[in-house]
Amino acid sequence: MLKELLKRELLIAWRRPGEALTPVAFFLVTSMLFPLGLSPSAHLLRPLAPGIIWIVAFLAGMLGLQRLFRADYDDGTLEQLLLSPRPLTLIILVKAVGHWLVTGLPVVIGGGVVAAMLFVPPRYIVTVVAGLLLGTPVLTMLGTMVAALTVSLRQAAVLGPVLILPLVTPVLIFGAHSTTLAMQGQSPAQAFEALAAMFILSVSLLPAAAAVALRISHEG
Amino acid sequence: MFTWLHKLGSPPVLYRFAERAAPWCKWTAFALLAAGLVGGLILAPPDYQQGDGFRIIYIHVPSAIMSLFVFAYMAVASAVGLIWRLRMAHAVTAAAAPLGAAFTLLALITGSLWGKPMWGTFWVWDARLTSELILFFIYLGYMAVANAFPDQRTGDRAGAILALVGAIDVPIVHYSVQWWTTLHQGATLKLSGSNMPGSMLWPLLVMMVAFMFYFGWLLMIRLRAEILRREKRASWVMRLAAD
Amino acid sequence: MHSFHEFLTMGGYAAYVWPAYAVGLVIFVGSAWLSRRGLRKAMSRAARRAQEVGK
Repeated sequence: MLKELLKRELLIAWRRPGEALTPVAFFLVTSMLFPLGLSPSAHLLRPLAPGIIWIVAFLAGMLGLQRLFRADYDDGTLEQLLLSPRPLTLIILVKAVGHWLVTGLPVVIGGGVVAAMLFVPPRYIVTVVAGLLLGTPVLTMLGTMVAALTVSLRQAAVLGPVLILPLVTPVLIFGAHSTTLAMQGQSPAQAFEALAAMFILSVSLLPAAAAVALRISHEG
Repeated sequence: MFTWLHKLGSPPVLYRFAERAAPWCKWTAFALLAAGLVGGLILAPPDYQQGDGFRIIYIHVPSAIMSLFVFAYMAVASAVGLIWRLRMAHAVTAAAAPLGAAFTLLALITGSLWGKPMWGTFWVWDARLTSELILFFIYLGYMAVANAFPDQRTGDRAGAILALVGAIDVPIVHYSVQWWTTLHQGATLKLSGSNMPGSMLWPLLVMMVAFMFYFGWLLMIRLRAEILRREKRASWVMRLAAD
Repeated sequence: MHSFHEFLTMGGYAAYVWPAYAVGLVIFVGSAWLSRRGLRKAMSRAARRAQEVGK
């Protein structure tokens, strides 16, 4: 049943390609604004590249947030999920995985492209992609929890990013820092350890928190 | 002891407790503040490195400690409210939040004013300052969520989840000076003792306790207001208000 | 402290120490004032409701 849920999530995204592709399109387009708006100089862009990539990845993630539960809330599917005999935590985990596959994974791959565009030396592009691979799921999980909290609110679109920002800042910092360290010739190990810790914590704890939050905001 | 705590879950009992506890907290706080300020501003000798500039410590450290303590307190109250479904636990959390935010703001501002003469800069994005700033935003986030829902109970519980998740920032702020190389100095006080000479240390301890009682005083006041707002339809409130 | 002058100038750090304490005072007094005002408002609202219900 969980596999079917995952397939359903992916199918919905497939049928509404515009909605699904918006985050990654935003990511690519907005990243391109930096060389255009700031300066095309490699000298200037290269040190800024890690920060730019992560900031824009985060913003792209914010765009996709409402997709998580809003459509289900509106058409009553959410009630069905809440009544399901399967643990809500697992259901949410599956939804989050589906969401990440559609919005996060393209950003991970796109991140490699953007890194090249921003003059990151080819041998460090792996670092960028690896960091995004660890960090985007954390963004997705945090977004899932906040979306669950705000699903019944009208001003969710405004409140959501405000709530996520303080929680997501460490991911941003360590993610960007890992690449910066590598580009400076130092070991990014500590930053990756921090990202890994955040990944483990968020994937293990946040689905349950989101489940509780979903029940709470649905009752309200 | 648990019967007493359980009784406090009843709104009129908690209200009366807050009413009676407030003056005790208030006067203890004022007395301790007076003693601490005299000790810190006048009696303590100037620091051999920082001169009289170090005296900011007597406001900065207690407010920083309170900023962490209040959020931890809110997290515990949130857990209690969710697990045992105690409305009053959520009322306590809601009452405490603005006070915690105020302490955090004070810690950030006094820290900034201390940083300028000591490090040469008003701000630096090191681990401790950044995580404390994040804590401030988490406080604001809690207040936004708890007030965003038309149904009080839903708002309380949604806020409680946010308080529990956001509580992870508290140990991050605390241990940041150990885990990373930061510009901010390491712990002034440890359970094993302190490097500060006694004449400098006692006013700090007094101020810490003073801030705690000040928080207690205002918490009791805000809690009463929260209870009146939340229980406005209850007959005991009507009777109370008719007097 | 050896003199009132030393107290005022804080050994040269006055520009940082006194504003810090001033901000502390503002925040302490401000939060006390706001908290008590909140209680007063809640009490007067409750009194009004009790009156209306009593009618």
